[in-house]
Amino acid sequence: MVRRIGLTLFILFLLIPIYWLVTMSFKSNQEIITQLSLWPSDWTLEHYRTIFDHPDWRGAFLHSLSYVLINVAITLPLAIPAAYAFSRFNFLGDKHLFFWLLTNLMAPPAVFLIPYFQLYHSIHLFDTVFAVALAHTLFNLPLAVWILEGFMSGVPREIDETAYLDGYSLPRFFIKIFLPLIGSGIGVAAFFCFMFSWIELLLVQTLTTTNATPIPTMMGSAFTASGTNWGLLAAAGTLTLVPGVIVIWFVRNRIASGFALGRV
Amino acid sequence: MALIRFDGVAHSYSGHARQDSDYALQPMNFRWEDGGAYALLGPSGCGKSTLLNICSGLLAPSEGRVYFDDQDVTAMSPEKRNIAQVFQFPVLYDSMSVYDNLAFPLRNRRVARPQIDKRVREVAAMLDLEDVLKRRASGLGAELKQKISMGRGLVRDDTSAILFDEPLTVIDPQLKWRLRRQLKEVHKQFSHTLIYVTHDQIEALTFAEKVVVMSDGEMVQVGTPQALFERPEHTFVGYFIGSPGMNFLPCSIANGAAVVGSTHIPLTDAQAGAAAKHGSGNDQFKLGIRPEFVTRAAGDNGLKVSVTHVADMGEFRLVTAKLEGHEIKIKLPVEAGEVDTGEMAVEFPSRWVCLYRNERLIGDEVTS
Amino acid sequence: MNDNRFSDNRAWFLALPAVLMVAFASLIPFMAVVNYSVQIVFSMQNHAFVGWETFRDALTNEEFRSAFYRQVIYTAIVLGVEVPLGIGVALTMPRSGKAVGPVLVVLALPLLVPWNVVGLIWQIFSRGDIGLFGAFVNNWLHLDYNYSTGFFSAWFTVIIMSVWHWTSLVALLCYAGLCAIPGAFYQAARIDGASRWAVFRFIELPKLRGVLTIAILLRFVYSFKVYAEPLIVTGGGPGSTTTFMTEMLANTALGQFEYGKAAAYGLLYFLVILLISYIFYIVLTRVGTNEGGE
Repeated sequence: MVRRIGLTLFILFLLIPIYWLVTMSFKSNQEIITQLSLWPSDWTLEHYRTIFDHPDWRGAFLHSLSYVLINVAITLPLAIPAAYAFSRFNFLGDKHLFFWLLTNLMAPPAVFLIPYFQLYHSIHLFDTVFAVALAHTLFNLPLAVWILEGFMSGVPREIDETAYLDGYSLPRFFIKIFLPLIGSGIGVAAFFCFMFSWIELLLVQTLTTTNATPIPTMMGSAFTASGTNWGLLAAAGTLTLVPGVIVIWFVRNRIASGFALGRV
Repeated sequence: MALIRFDGVAHSYSGHARQDSDYALQPMNFRWEDGGAYALLGPSGCGKSTLLNICSGLLAPSEGRVYFDDQDVTAMSPEKRNIAQVFQFPVLYDSMSVYDNLAFPLRNRRVARPQIDKRVREVAAMLDLEDVLKRRASGLGAELKQKISMGRGLVRDDTSAILFDEPLTVIDPQLKWRLRRQLKEVHKQFSHTLIYVTHDQIEALTFAEKVVVMSDGEMVQVGTPQALFERPEHTFVGYFIGSPGMNFLPCSIANGAAVVGSTHIPLTDAQAGAAAKHGSGNDQFKLGIRPEFVTRAAGDNGLKVSVTHVADMGEFRLVTAKLEGHEIKIKLPVEAGEVDTGEMAVEFPSRWVCLYRNERLIGDEVTS
Repeated sequence: MNDNRFSDNRAWFLALPAVLMVAFASLIPFMAVVNYSVQIVFSMQNHAFVGWETFRDALTNEEFRSAFYRQVIYTAIVLGVEVPLGIGVALTMPRSGKAVGPVLVVLALPLLVPWNVVGLIWQIFSRGDIGLFGAFVNNWLHLDYNYSTGFFSAWFTVIIMSVWHWTSLVALLCYAGLCAIPGAFYQAARIDGASRWAVFRFIELPKLRGVLTIAILLRFVYSFKVYAEPLIVTGGGPGSTTTFMTEMLANTALGQFEYGKAAAYGLLYFLVILLISYIFYIVLTRVGTNEGGE
């Protein structure tokens, strides 16, 4: 019983701030500033209408979703063969290589700001969603390799050996047999790549200006000298929760093992 | 040490059973004699683990009472019952040394330190664990780990029963017999009541004084290994024990003989009498005989079978044959001579023929 | 990586595309950073080699050192709260039944909120004028709470925000670890008469070591790199009392255009993260596994 109460309190602690954000997005700015109402006294969709009507806001959501999806599309095809190599083969320098990949998870993006700025300028990708998508592979690719390696090592090696004895070539074995076996691992890796790309801020802001404005930049512009449009910010914030909720719903049964990186 | 008595014990995982099929364990009365070594044998899902957990108190039966001697322990927790249980996989406290693992149950019960030390060393000596006492438990092999699990059960001197839940599953085959022998020695020395769950008949038959065969949540037969083999009380037992299992031939009864197709097989008077006494039109009769007990008939006097396959197994030949369209297996010693496919005459010695009515043995009083 | 693998150097070809990609994303910029770190950069075209000067400067620079100390204190507090709390939450989570799905989704939710929105959520939640929490503390508890002027208010806010944001990560990892413990361990413990505390201490905690290692490492790394959330709420203030490493670095590089200095700071910062991560890893995987026992 005590456990249930403890858990309920924790869940309330998680949900109340989100509740405050979501209800605020349905209040008029007048109401937000003048009264602390737990429930919008006068429901309004004006903030959402602003976002959906304004091409800059629509563009910001589009840009953010684009670089996230492009990043996942780049990361997984590269990470899957690499993870297979690490989980199945002994090769020259494998441990060092794996460790080097992991160190990139620890790299603070702040260190790379200037070089990134220059690098993507010089290859003419600056201020495009591709720049951000490529930059995010810095931490997403090592993470995906790490997660997938964990899931793949959970598949007995005998399966590979049997398939080779049965005359399967490596690519055919991989597509026909192995990929379906680690399907949930790929799902979990995709989830994490999505998540870390979706929530990242520093690189996104550094690598874009006007053409590929992402959500955080747009939200930053809602703080103006003449006052902050709280309702609009709350509505934009609420909308950024939606992709996350959808993605979580799809992987809800794998969340736990996914967060353990397939290692339990 | 205690006699464990089941009084109308039954279990349904849904809480309350409405019909027979809701029971994981059918209602039963049973006495586990003090100091007995029992094997609980049955296929997976037959309710044997449920039964074991009811003994240990990990599971409260949905019906009936459990007694240890005269004490009603139905509502009592496992640690109060003073039983020990060894699980399928070794259960160890990884972060502790072997010594601490063995001492753990005693420390939890606040036994005095010198007493703990004495018991731990005794148990370690008994199980050949003295050399590894100071080692960390997590680094040891499966056999040693399982011995430590066992040792934790033995270390309390008031243990009333030790329950084993398929304890040799993870042990290498060549080490199994060694551990089993050690177990028997422990039993001889301490005469705890032992209940040993397994689905491996060899394990059950070699370990136990009494074997309890279970099927579909029911105890179908309790007996010595020999009785199970020679007189299975239920067709399930005949089929489950032995390799290959007993041959069963659906038959009807006429003039004191079993009739299979056009073949008459003589029955004992007791069997014929029992069949006549209970016989009604709806009863299903089956004739059972072990492959080991079928002999080759001299000349052409015996039952005609047609041999379809012969496999040479070294000391014996395993013959597959058809009798009136029913497949039977026959184990013939090599001395019985060459066997070719085609016609062969065999005999069913009447002392080894069992008769079953609705899957249950009848007419066994005289021959046994 | 397990030790039971095929030996074949051709596996390099499988890893190569990923390696090239990561090299592009990290190695090239890293080289540039190393290059900058030994120079004073006046403009993109005009820099002068100064060697170790920048590093020596970093070690004595007041701004760098105070940001570093703040960072260490912040990370220590955050880990000290989130790890035990996360374990506690994991222990209370249901393992079966209808509640499992919703509980998991709610717990995972904060992790998928963009970092600037985390800041926004806590800003509008904690402000004295429009925030539910801020108003509650000020008007009902009559405590002086204002994160933009009060030192303690600011620290309290950035820490509770991190707890809100990241405790779920620890909890979900531990939950996964707890779910993987076979039922027989709990049953054996009951039979051995172990107390609830002993079950936790001798069964659950040892079995959680693997996932806890991951949890602590990830939490250490991410808390040490924290940027957007405190920046949006407190702006690093009051004064610079909640200015942590990344923000200090971004200010140096982008605000003051001191690339050489920023690069040297950044390298030291990266090295510190690597070093502490390595120490954590060694300690966490070795602790409680040494042979010998008592």
